[in-house]
Amino acid sequence: MSDLISLTLAEAREALTAKEVSSRELTSAFIQAIEAARPLNAFITETAEKALLMADASDKRRAAGNVGALEGLPLAIKDLFCTNGTRTTAASKILGNFVPPYESTVTQNLWSAGAVMLGKTNMDEFAMGSSNETSAFGPVFNPWRSRGSNTNLVPGGSSGGSSAAVAADLCLAATGTDTGGSIRQPAAVTGTVGLKPTYGRCSRYGIVAFASSLDQAGPMAKTVKDAAILLTSMASIDPRDSTSAETAVPDYEKLMAGSIRGLRVGIPKEYRLDGMSTDITALWDKGGRWLKDQGAEIFEVSLPHTKYALPTYYIVAPAEASSNLARYDGVRFGYRASNPHDITDLYERSRGEGFGAEVQRRILIGTYVLSAGYYDAYYSRAQKLRTLIKRDFEQAFEKCDVLLTPSTPGAAFGIGAKTSDPLEMYLQDVFTVTVNLAGLPGISIPGGLTADGLPLGLQLIGKAFDEGTLLRAAAAVETAADFKAKPAKWWTA
Amino acid sequence: MSVDKDTVRRIAKLARLAVAEAKLEPMAGELNGIFKWVEMLGEVNVEGVPGMTSVVAQKLKWRRDEVTEGGNAEALMANAPGGEEHFFTVPKVVE
Amino acid sequence: MSRTIKGQSGEWEIVIGMEVHAQVLSRAKLFSGASTEFGAEPNSQVSFVDAGMPGMLPVINEKCIEQAVRTGLGLKAKINRRSIFDRKNYFYPDLPSGYQISQYKDPIVGEGEVTIDLKDGESIKVGIERLHLEQDAGKSLHDQSPDNSFVDLNRAGVALMEIVTKPHMRSSEEAAAFLRKLRAIVRYLGTCDGNMDEGSMRADVNVSVCRPGGYEEFRKTGSFKSLGIRCEIKNVNSMRFIAQAVEYEARRQVDLLEEGGTVRQETRLFDARLGETRSMRGKEEAHDYRYFPDPDLLPLELEQDWIDSIAQSLPELPDEKRARFIAQGLSPYDASVLVAERELADFYEDLAKGVDAKAAVNWLNNEILGRLNRDGLSIAQIPVPAAANNAIIQMVADGTISGKIAKDLLDIVWAEGGDPREVVDKRGLRQVTDTGAIDAAIEKVIAANPAKVEEIKLKPKLAGWFVGQVMKETGGKASPAAVNAALKIRLNLPDEG
Ligand SMILES: [Mg+2]
Ligand SMILES: [Zn+2]
Repeated sequence: MSDLISLTLAEAREALTAKEVSSRELTSAFIQAIEAARPLNAFITETAEKALLMADASDKRRAAGNVGALEGLPLAIKDLFCTNGTRTTAASKILGNFVPPYESTVTQNLWSAGAVMLGKTNMDEFAMGSSNETSAFGPVFNPWRSRGSNTNLVPGGSSGGSSAAVAADLCLAATGTDTGGSIRQPAAVTGTVGLKPTYGRCSRYGIVAFASSLDQAGPMAKTVKDAAILLTSMASIDPRDSTSAETAVPDYEKLMAGSIRGLRVGIPKEYRLDGMSTDITALWDKGGRWLKDQGAEIFEVSLPHTKYALPTYYIVAPAEASSNLARYDGVRFGYRASNPHDITDLYERSRGEGFGAEVQRRILIGTYVLSAGYYDAYYSRAQKLRTLIKRDFEQAFEKCDVLLTPSTPGAAFGIGAKTSDPLEMYLQDVFTVTVNLAGLPGISIPGGLTADGLPLGLQLIGKAFDEGTLLRAAAAVETAADFKAKPAKWWTA
Repeated sequence: MSVDKDTVRRIAKLARLAVAEAKLEPMAGELNGIFKWVEMLGEVNVEGVPGMTSVVAQKLKWRRDEVTEGGNAEALMANAPGGEEHFFTVPKVVE
Repeated sequence: MSRTIKGQSGEWEIVIGMEVHAQVLSRAKLFSGASTEFGAEPNSQVSFVDAGMPGMLPVINEKCIEQAVRTGLGLKAKINRRSIFDRKNYFYPDLPSGYQISQYKDPIVGEGEVTIDLKDGESIKVGIERLHLEQDAGKSLHDQSPDNSFVDLNRAGVALMEIVTKPHMRSSEEAAAFLRKLRAIVRYLGTCDGNMDEGSMRADVNVSVCRPGGYEEFRKTGSFKSLGIRCEIKNVNSMRFIAQAVEYEARRQVDLLEEGGTVRQETRLFDARLGETRSMRGKEEAHDYRYFPDPDLLPLELEQDWIDSIAQSLPELPDEKRARFIAQGLSPYDASVLVAERELADFYEDLAKGVDAKAAVNWLNNEILGRLNRDGLSIAQIPVPAAANNAIIQMVADGTISGKIAKDLLDIVWAEGGDPREVVDKRGLRQVTDTGAIDAAIEKVIAANPAKVEEIKLKPKLAGWFVGQVMKETGGKASPAAVNAALKIRLNLPDEG
């Protein structure tokens, strides 16, 4: 069964239930695919042995009639989730060979549901980036290439290893984290589905922190249904995370079913940017029509503070990051510079040598905006803008149930194409970042291909804790888009 | 507000980051570019707007006063780049 | 111990404020489930949260919140229904996350007040500026090896209450008295054990000097400009050192100012060995803590009902107890001494049950404290329980034994234990009121001292000597009152004294 790896999560679940395949067979197929796809550099750590042990254990459980929601399903885990006994690097040299003696809540939830871990996926260092080029373990290549081109493209970021792994059929689905768009943007440029849940829906316990008030874990999958299945298991109420929501977790697979007749869809006019590519505008318009054709009401809404979202984000996120990353000091774990002559030297060189350029840049920005004399002008003002941005959404959601926007300003770009100007890279998140600032759920669904044959995504934004409606609308877009394209498997050649 | 080389040196010191002397100037340039862009926030009238403290309406969780952790110095020290007899070690600190 | 210092150029006033770090009495730490117990093996009471491991998150301990509120109520302070936890960012090896979770702009407790009673009977009020909750740091050991410092994180994350006073103390005596009073209050409340040797209570003392009138001006206008520039003396960890540190520092500042110098606002360390304060040069680099609200925690919001229920459960505090004792007839001085330690006050209350308050306090001061002192024991270690002492006082009061025998009886039960009433019976220590036996003893003394009998006719004051002799004759068991009466008749003494 060589096309086991192209199954969706839901299909694989059926095949396992029907005993057409064992978890060991399924897992072995993915292990082979991962080995063959090493040119993509999607994984930092492959855990084949562990995967087979987990698969065998799952097959035993199934034989005993003990079947979890994700029983025997092989997944890839972004290397930002701490995994007990398995190296966790955040794609940084400074975490060195850090092996956590604890498990993140999200991954624990997955293992408790019977899932199998294939390995830890590559990412931007500490999740800071939109192209997966800041990883200390090298860039990830997008499985997609422009029609007739051999140029390597970025898989988006920061969850670029996860998006590439899902797009290249190296796992049934993967986990990602999203601080400013890090699930939705890579999903969009790899033709996959990426869901950022409401802030607090998935526990942050055991996820290496980037910006605590924005970070949220979510599923990256081949279909909307797969994302719904995965989210149902990832989400929980966690007493170990003070910001985890006390809201019961519904069955999202059930909630996503049904028609969207009467659904009120808002099109935020401020998302129509000057000089936006025709590919994007055409897809966005098409998306509106798809929903309308299925009975939704479409109308324009206004989110007046949209243009301030990105600069607000580039104050809040670096500020929190500068503090969150202070613990990487070469004292208790991780990289320590050789022969430090005193404690300050130990700190400065361990951090100077251990952090990459983008992380250092953001630490400096964050330190600056919090420092004496600048706090009010920057950090304090940015927190007020967050309030205004959130109010925009609250007002819009009085009139509509979901918002429809593009996911990214363009398709995947070439490796190295945007690394010289940080600002240009930051603009990748222009459509996604507002959602993190307001704590809302957002999902990117593949909508079609550019003229060059590269995938583009549409984003839907929902009300807080209304992932059910969001998934239902996403499924409607998915049905209409009927996106069946797959990248050519050039890496196995 | 413009960031110069000395400012970069000062914040790098605060952040305990060794930044090579030759990189201070280019970094100042990059940061200036970013802060210039961020200046647009100054256009917005934020008078009377409360700063965001929690993005989702929710109450702070409280934990019970029970000892549930500890007694695992071995696991705690397992990743330490410097340690002796269950102490973390660093170059001598002079007070 | 005065409020002023004499310099070459005239007098100077001392002004003192304090920041006290009091360790919250709780089983687990402020944001983790690791134990707070003192003296454990290195790094054995450390959770992954305390060690700042990647991805670890703080979750607040409800007991620590309750203890802070309880303390705030005990300080008659405003409890803030909404407070915020902030991060204070700095690098130090025993600060695992690179920041301390503390409260900066919005503390859990606002303004309050502590009354202190001075030796001369004067009382002053010391304003409390605020109380906030924060994490303790770990411990660095610098003398274990020539090249390395050793870091133990057992203390890291233990809850502290930082209690900040207004600059309302004006002598080393007042500063020490304040700390003693604060310690008494938190111990009464059960929110801190006040153990200064183990570092459960540490004080940073702010000292400044100004010309006479400056302090009055400050109290009137609230302007700190009328006060001198202050120095903060860190971690003064005993009552005695506080007095020493204040005296030394005030004198240092006066000398400096009179030489034409200026006081630099700085942090200084008290060297207990030399009795001096010195500049902490190492820590003088510009601090910029970059405080901001901790995004891992939401604002702390308290229900008024919950605060009220804590208020209702508050024990009687030293000031109230002192007032009650005074109303029961004790002198203000005696009352102050008794309430300083809750154990002593509790002991006294048991001791005084059903007997005269003055008799009880005299017994405590004259008999019990002396013996404890002699044996190097604390009130908690006393070999004779309060109830037994109470029995002795009752026996004196109802005439069962004499005052003299009472002291001997205490010595016996102190050394050998036993129920005082049984000891009295077994050893026949009962006071003799039987007139026959007393008369016999009187006759015996008269027969043996004919010259004294003649003398007493001229000097009736000699009666005391006769009483003493008769008491001796009865082995101290005779009732002095009965002996007095019998002698008066027998020797025909005038009705006087
Ligand atoms: Mg302080
Ligand atoms: Zn403090």
